[in-house]
Amino acid sequence: MTRSRDYDSIPGTYVYDSERGRIGYTLNMFCMSLNQAENRRAFKENEAAYLDRYALSAEQRRTVLERDWLGMLKVGGNIYYTIKIAFCDGLTFQDVAGMMSGVPKETYARMMLAGGRSPEGNRYKEKPHG
Amino acid sequence: MAKIVAGIACSHVPAIGVAMDRGQTHTDYWAPLFEGYAPAREWLAKLAPDVAIVVYNDHASAFSLELIPTFLIGVAASFPIADEGFGARPVPPVNGHPELAWHLAESLILDEFDMTIANQMPVDHGLTVPLSITCGQPAAWPFAVIPLCVNVVQYPPPTGARCYKLGQAIRSAVEKFDQDLRVVIYGTGGMSHQLQGERAGLINRQFDTAFLDGLTRDPLALTRITHTEYMREAGSEGVELVMWHVMRGALGEQAAEVYRHYHVPASNTAAGLMILENRN
Repeated sequence: MTRSRDYDSIPGTYVYDSERGRIGYTLNMFCMSLNQAENRRAFKENEAAYLDRYALSAEQRRTVLERDWLGMLKVGGNIYYTIKIAFCDGLTFQDVAGMMSGVPKETYARMMLAGGRSPEGNRYKEKPHG
Repeated sequence: MAKIVAGIACSHVPAIGVAMDRGQTHTDYWAPLFEGYAPAREWLAKLAPDVAIVVYNDHASAFSLELIPTFLIGVAASFPIADEGFGARPVPPVNGHPELAWHLAESLILDEFDMTIANQMPVDHGLTVPLSITCGQPAAWPFAVIPLCVNVVQYPPPTGARCYKLGQAIRSAVEKFDQDLRVVIYGTGGMSHQLQGERAGLINRQFDTAFLDGLTRDPLALTRITHTEYMREAGSEGVELVMWHVMRGALGEQAAEVYRHYHVPASNTAAGLMILENRN
């Protein structure tokens, strides 16, 4: 259905394109609701009940309840939206970035202080172009 | 006649705003970044422009996925500060310039740039952080602000070449405005960063340096960078750099670099700042 995209060869990257926009709309609109303080309170009081307001897939619901940040991206989450769940939890962008890349917070922070993740070896999933 | 006198390229990392709002700019972590902002603040205070056009992207604040304008101009008299999920930033509201903004909207649309027009919208860190970086913490912002939003959240953003041409059309429109206004234009976002996925934290100093150099050496060559190249080389969110082309297109070919600051990291991001003065 969707033609292959040249950015599909970039490793560890979930481009929020038409395919993800199609499956992720409701999930992201739930996240959008967290811009309002009263909704943040309601979500924190009873997460499952709050999520009942949104027609999420079972997998989308699981990723939210389990704070599976990487999983959310795979079911159509957009980072600018899903980060609002993290803000509810008192987490920062850097906390979530560390969790998505699968390393302890301190390790990720040290990597950033040392200049960040190098593009070397991180440009292509395979290595046809070096 | 109004005139665009300078351009400011500036990253808009939310954590930079948080550091200012919480008084953390002198910590070991933040001091090297903020020390580099001081000369830009002095330069801007001396320039004392009347209006700033701020090219930025909204981050699920004013707009959700319900409506995704590719290019939007704010024509309101004032813009409230958005709650992005952790309360609104404690910064002054942003006062607009409805006369110039409406003039731009009309002129740009008739020049074949199909702008969305916003009479009411809150503004988020994408706009307020560059103001904080370049103005500090005043009780009121020292100039009127025209927000100009570019979609970079839903793929695909407009191309770099299209953004550059929009900048050229903005310049032409500003010069047709019949009040004597000195206008600066901000291109915000970038530089290299990736906030998502297993590859989060990607920084490419070499790419960023070449991009900063290219803004004066060969800006048209930069407009040919594809979205995939931005994402591969500068991280998935590095594609925000297309917004810098709007700023660059609004300056003359001979724009001169008068200041540059580059620092890694600001949270997950390579923070860049460049001031360009219009010389023709």
